[in-house]
Amino acid sequence: MQNNSFYNEILTEHNLHPYHKHGLADANLELEGVNPSCGDDIILRLKVVDDVIVDGAYEGEGCAISQASADMMLDLLIGKSKEEGLRLADIFSRMIKDKISDEELEELEEAGVLADISHMPARVKCAMLGWRTFREMVE
Amino acid sequence: MQTEERRQQDHKIRKDFPLLTEDIAYLDSAATAQKPETVIDAEAVFYKQYNANPLRGLYQLSVEATNRYEEARECVRAFIGAASTEEIIFTRNATESLNLVAYSYGMHVLREGDEILVSIMEHHSNFLPWLQVAQSSGAQVRFVECDGQGRITEERFRAALTPRTKLVAMTQISNVLGCLNDIALFARIAHENGAVFVADGAQSVPHIPVDVQALDVDFLAFSGHKMLGPMGIGVLYGKRALLQQMPPFLYGGEMIEKVTRTGATYAELPHKFEAGTVNAAGAYGLQKAIEYMQQIGLETIQEREAFLTQYAYAKLRETPYVTIFGADDPAEHHGILTFRLEGAHPHDVAAILSDSGVCVRAGHHCAQPLLQHLGVSSTTRASLAFYNTTEEIDRFVEVLQTVRRKLGHAE
Ligand SMILES: Cc1ncc(COP(=O)(O)O)c(C=O)c1O
Repeated sequence: MQNNSFYNEILTEHNLHPYHKHGLADANLELEGVNPSCGDDIILRLKVVDDVIVDGAYEGEGCAISQASADMMLDLLIGKSKEEGLRLADIFSRMIKDKISDEELEELEEAGVLADISHMPARVKCAMLGWRTFREMVE
Repeated sequence: MQTEERRQQDHKIRKDFPLLTEDIAYLDSAATAQKPETVIDAEAVFYKQYNANPLRGLYQLSVEATNRYEEARECVRAFIGAASTEEIIFTRNATESLNLVAYSYGMHVLREGDEILVSIMEHHSNFLPWLQVAQSSGAQVRFVECDGQGRITEERFRAALTPRTKLVAMTQISNVLGCLNDIALFARIAHENGAVFVADGAQSVPHIPVDVQALDVDFLAFSGHKMLGPMGIGVLYGKRALLQQMPPFLYGGEMIEKVTRTGATYAELPHKFEAGTVNAAGAYGLQKAIEYMQQIGLETIQEREAFLTQYAYAKLRETPYVTIFGADDPAEHHGILTFRLEGAHPHDVAAILSDSGVCVRAGHHCAQPLLQHLGVSSTTRASLAFYNTTEEIDRFVEVLQTVRRKLGHAE
């Protein structure tokens, strides 16, 4: 039987006590991301200055995976350039859908705990929601 | 019934279902039922012994295949109390049956200004086809809502009907609330109002005796796979007089009498609605499923399901942070328990239950208008069948009680 080992402390902590789940008054980018079939719904806000993501936040509701994934994503993105953010989004997406190298996994920091989602195809879109919204926003 | 006696009955039933082992607690029968060995074997038997294209060949094997197919139709006819096998049309599933009625009846009969009345608790299969009919014909879709207990009262139903209501589409048992709608009453009122009544039996035919003449519905749709049968075979019952007036749904082989360069005359009922090569092996499997239900006995099925529903309802009710949707009386749930666990998203609940082999459904259950009416975007649903046991329910509730902790909540 496949075990959903991704329900670990890191994930539940980001879900129950998120660092970045709040409004962002001086955001200059905002986009809503929705998974209509399961009701996951986030609004992602970024403040980007000279192509650098200086701040970011999200609001919304959904399963633990969608919410924690968005929170962990913002941990990674804040302070990085858009370019760098997109590169990480690509690594994350490959991790969830396929495989990545150990070095790449390290780059994802805590977001790497979602690697096992690849065994639960129905939950891939939950993990991807934040990242997908980010991509759409900056691309 | 004594516990020991029930255990023996559990054992006797479960040994017929190869997939029901200790490894899983299958609580998703409203999505699809598990299959007894005789049904699983039936398709192999058909292909090994009777396979030929039915209704076509003039040789003996094709006659055999045709006989199996038509015997299955007779079996279904008797099972739901239809007057004639002409009124039993094989389809792929309830969804196709409902689309057949929408396209061949609704699209041709409904006009601008007419109204279609659907209940708020319809599965998308008995809602979207009517929305489609409304959009093309200019008719309007109206809703009859249920109360907090999931009940559609006579008063509510009468209030929702208008002189323009020409068609009523309603499920007999809700796949979310488990409630049983009084189809006989509503069909009578609809008829007095000059409307045709389309019943969705996908969740009722597998669990309670359904007699189309006693209910006096004009159409009844259901799926084989929810009643122990194979996937890919479904049924549409329709009153002969209505079916005769309706044009075919699909055109092609097997449904014609005579074709010329410029036109065709169509086959008699029910073949007019069964274009192309049919799923004869599936129909044969469905017959075996019905025979299996009859061998267990519909009374036994109902007794066991009522007992299990009561048992599961009481356990869920005692579980902290759980809210159950629908009636407060488990007798109104017909094996379906839809709930929320506070602080846990239904998809996380289902995933954590899955780690312990407990299979439940989470999401909107293809009934989004109802979920909007209930004020939630998704829920978790455990649904029971007579082959379930109290041990499976215990396991389900035990694991459910750990879900909040696993998601990081303090006790
Ligand atoms: C009430 C109801 N109607 C219709 C359907 C559609 O059945 P099928 O998917 O077999 O066509 C379902 C199945 O989930 C149902 O529960």
